Amino acid sequence: MDSCGALRAIGVAIVAITLAFVLLPALVVAIAAFNARAVLAFPPDALSLRWFAKALAYDDFRVGFHNGLIVTAFASSIALVVGSAFAFALDRYSFRLKRTIESVLLAPLVIPHFTIGLGFLILAAELGAARGFAVVIACHVILVLPFVLRSVYISLRNLDQRFELAAASLGAPPRRVLTSVTIPLLAPGLVSGWLFAAILSFNEFTASLFVTSQRTQTLPVAMYNYVREYADPSMAAVSVIYIVATAALLTIANAFFGLGKVLNVENAR
Amino acid sequence: MQDKPFLRAFVSPAALCAFGLIAALAAVFQFSLRAYVPGSLEPGGLTLDNFTALAKPLYARVFLDTISISGITAICTLILGYPIACALVRVKNPLLKSAILIIVVTPLFLGEVVRTYSWIVVLGNNGFINSVLLKLGLIERPLQMMFTHFGVITALVHVTLPVMVIMLAAAISHIDPDYERAAESLGAGPIRAFLTITLPLSIPGIIAGVTTAFAWTFSAFATPQLIGGGQVNMVSNLVYQLGFASFNFPFAASLSVSGLALTFAVLALLRAATRPLEAVTAH
Repeated sequence: MDSCGALRAIGVAIVAITLAFVLLPALVVAIAAFNARAVLAFPPDALSLRWFAKALAYDDFRVGFHNGLIVTAFASSIALVVGSAFAFALDRYSFRLKRTIESVLLAPLVIPHFTIGLGFLILAAELGAARGFAVVIACHVILVLPFVLRSVYISLRNLDQRFELAAASLGAPPRRVLTSVTIPLLAPGLVSGWLFAAILSFNEFTASLFVTSQRTQTLPVAMYNYVREYADPSMAAVSVIYIVATAALLTIANAFFGLGKVLNVENAR
Repeated sequence: MQDKPFLRAFVSPAALCAFGLIAALAAVFQFSLRAYVPGSLEPGGLTLDNFTALAKPLYARVFLDTISISGITAICTLILGYPIACALVRVKNPLLKSAILIIVVTPLFLGEVVRTYSWIVVLGNNGFINSVLLKLGLIERPLQMMFTHFGVITALVHVTLPVMVIMLAAAISHIDPDYERAAESLGAGPIRAFLTITLPLSIPGIIAGVTTAFAWTFSAFATPQLIGGGQVNMVSNLVYQLGFASFNFPFAASLSVSGLALTFAVLALLRAATRPLEAVTAH
């Protein structure tokens, strides 16, 4: 019996309370979203779906959702290609500036997003580029790259290189080994890396606030503007949709790839 | 080249991205040294005025506030996160394990706006906590939680908790449970075994978690902006205000540069301060 287990009685209580703390806002928002009246009240007097209808009909949310899909699709796919190629090189080769490039690409994990957003905003202005989708996508690629890099790198570490050696010794040229052995074996890592990147990009807010314009604003930016201007529960309805969609995606991802492995929190043995 | 197929093709795009990030940061740095020309988006000549202006008490206060909020958040997150991480690693039932994982990890992917809005609904004067307490007759008028440090820190802890749990769980999961069993078989009680084995061995995870939590909180924007409502300001809010309300981008840039320097200084300090601890646990 290990010590974490022996402290069970107190431990279970602490864990339960903390999990309740994590869940509380989501539950409260759900109650607010189904409340019929515009003023928050707990418990609600009557239930209704009107805020969902209003939120789904709100133009800024629709445009933001659409823009978000465009940005996310490009940013996460570009990050996937760039990140996994680099993870491969990182795992297999030594080359000049290896550690430098790696630490620069991982830096967005500690550099405040507002600094990166401001940087891309100024850079775009200096280069005379319009505040179009290209700037937003470039910024998002940089922000999600560390996550793709990490996810694919972990998969590469766990990959049994003997399969590749076998293929090579049977006469497959490097390109063939890559496309018919390495990439298929890496598929779960690639998909989960892409999924992570996509979810993070779709939800990215602070840097997006700096680099998007009225025309290119993504959903989180539209939601932020909405919260600043209006107090009705439409935002609660959007939040509920968001929470349910994200939890569903993660549950599916967990069933297919094992989130624990991707996040590297599984037991060592 | 033959022994390293694809090397150039695989490294160049990443190098290009790294270059893009460096260029963006260089642009911020360059702007921080330019003069602000009121009414114009074009900056003026080179100057250090932006940095001398930072010494004003108003800005110094925001910096100190940001550091203390980030520090308190990181510590609270560590205290709340450790038991969860422990449970996540040690729970045997796969269903329960998945449930804990999903509950903990989902908020990480929700983004700051949704989570901050949720906390407004919880903490507001007409919000959940006040409604419930009023109805139960425990308070006579709503508790003021919005626009306070307490409110901002509560929401920030919620925002940072998932990262902390993931980092701690990664560290704890790599500790061999046999060490603890060995300690217990030698007569150590479970608390002693935890304090002398698991806790010290998880210190690298604790350091990584606290560091990341600090950096994330430092960069939070929506939470202090919406829940702080101008009463609690962090560096990010000031940068945005200066950039988009007064179009003083040079000053916004110099604030960002100082914020960045400060983040790295605090992280370096943290690392230096914890190095002896890490040396103790190295084995």
